[in-house]
Amino acid sequence: MAPGPGLTISIAEKRFPGAGQPLFADFRLDIAPGSVTALFGPSGIGKSTLLRLIAGIDRDFTGGIAIEGIPAHQSPPSGIVFQDPRLLPWLTARDNVRAAAPTMSAQTADAALAQVGLADYPTAWPYQISGGMQRRVALARAFATNPRLLLLDEPFISLDQALVDDLHQLLADRVATTRPTVIFASHSAEDVARLATRVITLAGRPATIAQDLAFPLPPAHRDSATMAAYASQLATGTPHAALD
Amino acid sequence: MSLPLLLLLWQALAMAFPHRLFPAPSAVAVELWLLAADGPLLSDLGKTLLRATTAFLIAMALGTALGIVLGRTRWLDRLFSGWLLVGLNLPAIVVAIVLYIWLGLTELALIAAVVINKVPLVITTIREGVRSFSADYDELATALRLAPLRRLRLITLPQLMPFILAAARTGLSLIWKIVLVFEVLGSDGGVGYRVSIQFQFFDITGILAYTTAFILVVLAVEYGLLRPLERKVLQWRPAPA
Repeated sequence: MAPGPGLTISIAEKRFPGAGQPLFADFRLDIAPGSVTALFGPSGIGKSTLLRLIAGIDRDFTGGIAIEGIPAHQSPPSGIVFQDPRLLPWLTARDNVRAAAPTMSAQTADAALAQVGLADYPTAWPYQISGGMQRRVALARAFATNPRLLLLDEPFISLDQALVDDLHQLLADRVATTRPTVIFASHSAEDVARLATRVITLAGRPATIAQDLAFPLPPAHRDSATMAAYASQLATGTPHAALD
Repeated sequence: MSLPLLLLLWQALAMAFPHRLFPAPSAVAVELWLLAADGPLLSDLGKTLLRATTAFLIAMALGTALGIVLGRTRWLDRLFSGWLLVGLNLPAIVVAIVLYIWLGLTELALIAAVVINKVPLVITTIREGVRSFSADYDELATALRLAPLRRLRLITLPQLMPFILAAARTGLSLIWKIVLVFEVLGSDGGVGYRVSIQFQFFDITGILAYTTAFILVVLAVEYGLLRPLERKVLQWRPAPA
């Protein structure tokens, strides 16, 4: 399968009304096809905003974002997972997945749910399943929306460790099999060391790229030593001795 | 349970104070049977129901559409909120009389009068509903690039449904009441018309028989239609503890 799309991000200015400093000014970033890019940095730095701009939700900025050369809001929708699961409470798990794609059959949706470990819950209402399960439904919906471009906004926040490990595994497998382009926002070095092939550290206001690191080993093949080395490189900025 | 109790109380009172103008429920039941079998009750009831249903459907459709528009568009809401206030407080009987004068004692005038009385109520309820919408779901709809009709079906209507049901319920009870009044005022049949004739003869048994038939219909609508619909449409909500 062809890898996910490449992106060209060029934001002349993004500012929120009433804010003194713009959030982004003359911000440029190119994303390679099939890469897993982490947007790393503290809360409030602009990670979520950048994802919203890419998703075409927020069009109130100057500049341009192109996905395979097409303006973001005109390109096919990206598979997005928000910080909250954001399921539609009046739809069953299956119909939440199907909401992403008008032509999707119930069988396909059930298969998508089975892939995230929810084979037994297609007809559950969101209020009946746990927060972690809701997040997995949201992930299945994102896969259904666009399996080639995934935007994940703090997808592992406030989940217990076992579930985070599960989701990490799920995404790493997904990356290995279908090679989507993934952009995810995180402030956890652990998530980043586990999944990212490239880390953009954002800092300051307007936000600039403080650090741009490549973690070349495919996420599915990383052992704990590699991840520890990546995490240390993220913290210090210099490659860890173990990586030589 | 509460309704049999009411009947029992009525029967007991009627037996304690027997009077021509205070018939027992058993007498009313017999009268009800006679009027239904040989009298005009069924055709009157049919006329009234047809009027009520037509007015109800028009008012709900119109009120919902306008409520969505006013809830979404600030300047339109500011422009028309005064009209709405007037509409809400306009005495129902005045609307009916004016329309009867303009349009004559016609079916159209009657239904239009009911609709005009009911629409402002629906608009206000729906408008509140639209204002309570969550921006999060709009964001999701944009992210999924939902087409307008799908957006309406998946995002807008489900959020609006509790408000539509509330408007339907309050609206229905209002319509039952005013349709009868307007029928008294000017029409050629229907429950209200017949009751006003029975009034002239002090035929209290007949009046109560008609009222009972009417209440039976209302109960059937509530338990046979509205409640099951509500359960079906709102089943996604956790059952109240």
